[in-house]
Amino acid sequence: MSKAYKVIDHTYDVVVVGAGGAGLRATFGLALKGLKTACISKVFPTRSHTVAAQGGISAALSNMGKDDWRWHFYDTVKGADWLGDQDAIEYMCREAMPSVIELEHYGVPFSRTESGHIYQRPFGGMTTEYGEGPPAHRTCAAADRTGHAILHTLYQQSLKNQAEFFIEYFALDLIKDVDGKISGVMAWNLDDGTIHRFKAQMVIIATGGYGRCYFSCTGAHTQTGDGSAMVLRAGLPLQDMEFIQFHPTGIYGAGALITEGVRGEGGYLTNSEGERFMERYAPHAKDLASRDVVSRSMTIEMNEGRGCGESKDFIHLHIEHLEPDVIAQRLPGISETAKIFAGVDVSREPIPVLPTVHYNMGGVPTNYLGEAVQPVNGDTDVIIPGLMAVGEAACVSVHGANRLGSNSLLDLVVFGRAAADRCAEILVPGAKQQDLPGDAGDSALDWLDSRRHARGSYSTAELRGEMQRTMQAHCAVFRTEELMAEGVNKMADIWSKMDDLKISDSGMIWNSDLVETLEFDNLMAQALVSIHGALERKESRGGHAREDFPDRDDTNWMKHTVAWLNEDGTSRFDFRPVHNYTLSDDVDAVPPKARTY
Amino acid sequence: MVEFSLPSHSKVKEGKKYKAPEGADNIKRFQIYRWDPDDQDNPRVDTFEVDLEDCGPMVLDALIKIKNEIDPSLTFRRSCREGVCGSCAMNVDGTNTLSCIKDIGEIGGDVKVYPLPHMPVIKDLVPDLKQAYAQYASIEPWLKTKTPPPPDRERLQSPEEREKLDGLWECVLCFCCSTSCPSYWWNGDRYLGPAALLQAYRWIADSRDEETGERLDGLEDPFRLYRCHTIMNCAKTCPKHLNPARAIGEIKKAIVQRK
Repeated sequence: MSKAYKVIDHTYDVVVVGAGGAGLRATFGLALKGLKTACISKVFPTRSHTVAAQGGISAALSNMGKDDWRWHFYDTVKGADWLGDQDAIEYMCREAMPSVIELEHYGVPFSRTESGHIYQRPFGGMTTEYGEGPPAHRTCAAADRTGHAILHTLYQQSLKNQAEFFIEYFALDLIKDVDGKISGVMAWNLDDGTIHRFKAQMVIIATGGYGRCYFSCTGAHTQTGDGSAMVLRAGLPLQDMEFIQFHPTGIYGAGALITEGVRGEGGYLTNSEGERFMERYAPHAKDLASRDVVSRSMTIEMNEGRGCGESKDFIHLHIEHLEPDVIAQRLPGISETAKIFAGVDVSREPIPVLPTVHYNMGGVPTNYLGEAVQPVNGDTDVIIPGLMAVGEAACVSVHGANRLGSNSLLDLVVFGRAAADRCAEILVPGAKQQDLPGDAGDSALDWLDSRRHARGSYSTAELRGEMQRTMQAHCAVFRTEELMAEGVNKMADIWSKMDDLKISDSGMIWNSDLVETLEFDNLMAQALVSIHGALERKESRGGHAREDFPDRDDTNWMKHTVAWLNEDGTSRFDFRPVHNYTLSDDVDAVPPKARTY
Repeated sequence: MVEFSLPSHSKVKEGKKYKAPEGADNIKRFQIYRWDPDDQDNPRVDTFEVDLEDCGPMVLDALIKIKNEIDPSLTFRRSCREGVCGSCAMNVDGTNTLSCIKDIGEIGGDVKVYPLPHMPVIKDLVPDLKQAYAQYASIEPWLKTKTPPPPDRERLQSPEEREKLDGLWECVLCFCCSTSCPSYWWNGDRYLGPAALLQAYRWIADSRDEETGERLDGLEDPFRLYRCHTIMNCAKTCPKHLNPARAIGEIKKAIVQRK
């Protein structure tokens, strides 16, 4: 097959796949270290979905009240429902302060306090005094467009440091040596239809999450987790894929995000009776409990008939009571979004909202340096040579079973930089690389070619819709054995229909029909390991709530699920222990206890 | 001899017509520019009838519905679908905008959808934006300072200083403004255009930046800056309600004031 496509070869020290926050931070970090680096992205960098992050980035800067990175550490461990690796969480929370200061030095237009420091707002699950004190002002914000501010700044730094980009290149597959080392990436240039083979000492996956497995999500159309699917196709595992975060406040209908910062600034939720129901579910933190808790509470309210509207299928989010100045200065973006997508003037009426798929806690298992790992013959932390992962595509795991709001922008910059630093430690710039195997990339081209000429009976949109509706109905906020088993059967049915796909565009230049089909392949792979993992895990923890196993089971399940996708669309599982230890003596590991807010 | 007619291969021809399904009674017609780089045909305008009862409210929703259900080869960029990523910039109903936040209900008659004007077309509604991106990079859009930052704290900036950046930093680089500017259409190779100039001013206006003089030197040029003739299409078309023309005016003012 490869003979039918002309392949253009490149050699780099490092190839980064993805140009969101994590990919860009890694890319210019590598350029600064003198490593010849290529960043491949299917969209222009500032179109990556980091741009849509609203509320902010957490760091215990103490600009607006006493704070301590150890409290941030405690909150993150608790938010993760004790599935987070505490060594990595320590690293992230300690590095948060210099990382955010560094962003400011790069030029991020943070909002400011009267004293000229970075403005910080409260966010869900962020507390003081190890959960005993009042809410922490820890989330550093640029109005409610913090992701935009940070992503644009990271791209600007990449320009400044003359990083090399391959924009609107769709990454197809990893290239694997006979001895299992990852040694490159295949990619397709949409602009002119050419195929490119990148050889590299290290490949860094930074392709984000896969929210588009679901019918309703806050994520972009492009959020299809292509890199994680490449990892599965390379015969490598993903971790904790059953943990999918539902954000409490997606706009009813459109699914567009309304930041948790709204509640941080004093907004609150009510049911059809006008009751502030979060006071019942989380007496201490109320509307600022962590996201899994709020999403479950909202779902219970709706299930018990206290949803708003004729069909009782949404909840009201109020900010009418806030000062107009606060809305104009701190929440201009969501005011616009609510107007456009819900027809709501937020200064007068509540916003209709619904828990909506938002974030994937799972991904490529890595250590806190960014290196991909997998369990092999009882050794649970075997480094996969040549492969790293950062950002939402990775599972470090700092978010465990539930991510706290404003910890994801932090994750991007901390681990994007960590990966660049690690590469600088272990790689030699310009080191001679082995020749790629003669058939390197052939399987990727076979895949592309077979999809390109698929002339079966089901359109990509048809099967993708089936997958999205199945995941929405069978693997949502509350899960049961019966519901998920039915979902697994439906997914197997969709999987079998994929042999009968039909696409109608056969060009190579900007064939978006083919792109969407390859993305659908990628989504299916990840959806399958997600729902299989959810069925496998017989407990409730963080974002994974089983009605038939309502309690957390630390004896049997305080461990990471590691899943491989078999060629027949089934999954194979192994497990990795949670790291219940810290890196230093500066903070003690937090032993598991009941999680209340 | 001056040739007054367009070259024959550039004429836009009438394309295919796709009727709405039987029984649809809230029909809107979408006339969409099509061009396929892989064949030798002229560009054409296809007409799709869409049942709005079964379609989201925005123009992008209709494009996606057409792609999903009628013609999967229809090609356009899209990503966030909430007006923040800038991917789906195109010309809708005669105005450049982001199709994801353009309400179909605001458009009377047929909905005409074309790529951003005066840019090379790669395919259908996908323009080549390389020149616009290069112009953005050319203004060196990053913080430049001579004094080192405090080692472990942020640079201070008062809320009033920070407020000067509002209306500038929110730009999503969709290039609706530049591609609506007649001066940019004519001199796009040498005039930076409103999008790049808005960003140039974003750094001039930043109290933390210490190379204002060098930035103004770089802009003071009959083409790069002064091809702005205050036509104001940029401010009128910006889907984020920003005002590049005002920013350009501020740059011109700063150049006059320093003399």
